[in-house]
Amino acid sequence: MTAETIIQSLASGLLMGLLYGLIAVGLALIFGLMDVVNFAHGEFLMIAMYATFFLFAFFAIDPLLSAPLVAAALFVFGAVVYLLIVRFAVRAKANAGMVQIFSTFGLAIVMRGLAQYFFTPDYRSVTHSWLGGKTVSIAGIYLPVPQLVGALVAIAAFGALYLFINRTDFGRALEATREDAGAVALVGIDKNKVFALGWGLGAALVGLAGAVMAIFFYIYPDVGASFALIAYVTVALGGFGSVFGAFAGGIIVGLVEATTAMLLPPSLKAVGIYAVYLLVVFVRPRGLFGSM
Amino acid sequence: MDTAFAERRRRDLIVAVVLAAIAATVPLFVKDVYVQNIMVLTLMWGALSQSWNILSGYCGQISLGHALYFGIGAYTTALLFTKFGVLPWFGMLGGGVISALIAMALGYPCFRLRGHYFVIATIVIAEIGLLLFHNWDWAGAAMGIEIPARGDSWLKFQFPRSKLPYFYFALVLACVAWLVTWWLEDSKWGYWWRAVKDNPEAAESLGVDVFNSKMGAAAVSAFLVAVGGSFYAQFVYFIDPESVMGFQFSLLMALPAVLGGIGTLWGPMLGAVILIPLTELTRSYVGGSGKGIDLIVYGGLIIAISLARPQGLIGLFSFKHLAGRLSSKRKEAVR
Repeated sequence: MTAETIIQSLASGLLMGLLYGLIAVGLALIFGLMDVVNFAHGEFLMIAMYATFFLFAFFAIDPLLSAPLVAAALFVFGAVVYLLIVRFAVRAKANAGMVQIFSTFGLAIVMRGLAQYFFTPDYRSVTHSWLGGKTVSIAGIYLPVPQLVGALVAIAAFGALYLFINRTDFGRALEATREDAGAVALVGIDKNKVFALGWGLGAALVGLAGAVMAIFFYIYPDVGASFALIAYVTVALGGFGSVFGAFAGGIIVGLVEATTAMLLPPSLKAVGIYAVYLLVVFVRPRGLFGSM
Repeated sequence: MDTAFAERRRRDLIVAVVLAAIAATVPLFVKDVYVQNIMVLTLMWGALSQSWNILSGYCGQISLGHALYFGIGAYTTALLFTKFGVLPWFGMLGGGVISALIAMALGYPCFRLRGHYFVIATIVIAEIGLLLFHNWDWAGAAMGIEIPARGDSWLKFQFPRSKLPYFYFALVLACVAWLVTWWLEDSKWGYWWRAVKDNPEAAESLGVDVFNSKMGAAAVSAFLVAVGGSFYAQFVYFIDPESVMGFQFSLLMALPAVLGGIGTLWGPMLGAVILIPLTELTRSYVGGSGKGIDLIVYGGLIIAISLARPQGLIGLFSFKHLAGRLSSKRKEAVR
């Protein structure tokens, strides 16, 4: 194994890691806001990928152009999920933790079933797009263009999210609600509205990730499941609730995955990610940047 | 001791004996193999969920990785039998002991974790187990292991021609899991577990050995689940990593307890009696089309029950609840 191939795989690992961060950040945002883990997060990604695919298949809209549309659609979807399901789950008087896990998990199963029913279990793909299949060479390292653009989208999204949380009224309301949901009610902020918008924002971010993923990944009803566990590990590794933690966690997961793939058989590449998660939480039980 | 509690425990035991006796006679009237198969699965999942409930319900350490112990039970029995000719009964015991030891070894670092960090650690560890078995050539890797059928025999615990022996063994398994829970409920451990679940800091300050009570719950829970996994291997004759260690098994173990009532004595069995036949029926009547209607029904049911009855369905069956409903009806009638 030459130094060149090592740099090559670490570079692709970094790009994939930034995308993992983008997939995971919505989860981190929602958890930080209201201590709820959305166990249907992978299925949010799945419908975003299908939405991108159908916009391409029926209207020939390139994933790059449809990404904002998909994100907007997911925003509405996320807010509706909060209003119809999660709002009631957090009110549960008994076993609140279990109710959250299983109501969102039930949603995941329903979404998978609906996808199978309406879209069939067939594997779909966006067959030709502006970026699909292209590579670019930077200083002798070949990088796939879709992943490169995806990574840039992820960095831009994290930057925008940072400004949004710190510089806008809604962002401040979000921060205030996560710190003390009871107190914000006293100053006239409608907690439910903030939570609904938070769910919308979290879903919009995973929608953006889905639009990018659709360029280079097969789309099928169970596709979310394979990314969901990575997203949970990413968020927990970075520390639940920390948006920056999701960003850092994503990069670590991408690099560890690339490293494991060089050392172990390809079928074991996820073992590296899981092992690093366990090592981190055994040393720091609240993840790298979690406050708890 | 509280006499009302002692009274309730005596009543629980009597109800259990009566229910088990009724269950034992059911196969005398129900000869349909399809229905018998559903009854075996219901009892097995009831027993598994009852065992899961010890760690996750009573002790409050929510595990979504119990498929690991289920798989270890199944693999230990199958490997010992196919490679060394060891009878499944020893495999069952061995798998249980190995699982209990692994549960304690894993519990040692994991029980420091709280909340979602713990839940994700359990998922991740079971996934590592799954991937390792996938790549372990000696254990059949992804191809799995076929257990050769050598004709009906209690010694080899295999009955290719009849479901009945499996039914009675599953019934015994369910009774054992229930009895262990019943017995532990009123033991020192039972009280410790509930204290650990409610408030670990307060429990610790009152002299409860928090760490060791978690370890005890993990060992008992893993042992019983592995015995269930071992039974499953003998029941289906073929195992591969996905079919005994996949994430869906961890979930299937948790669901009956959650739907019936987590951390309750009767919840897991009640949940299994409702959930398993429903799953099997939707699968065979609408699932065969491969269109996902079974998933929609199943997922919808999970959402509906967890939102409508967060304390589980068991509350609907309590004597107090029934008495309350009767008296309110009477009041309405008076009005």
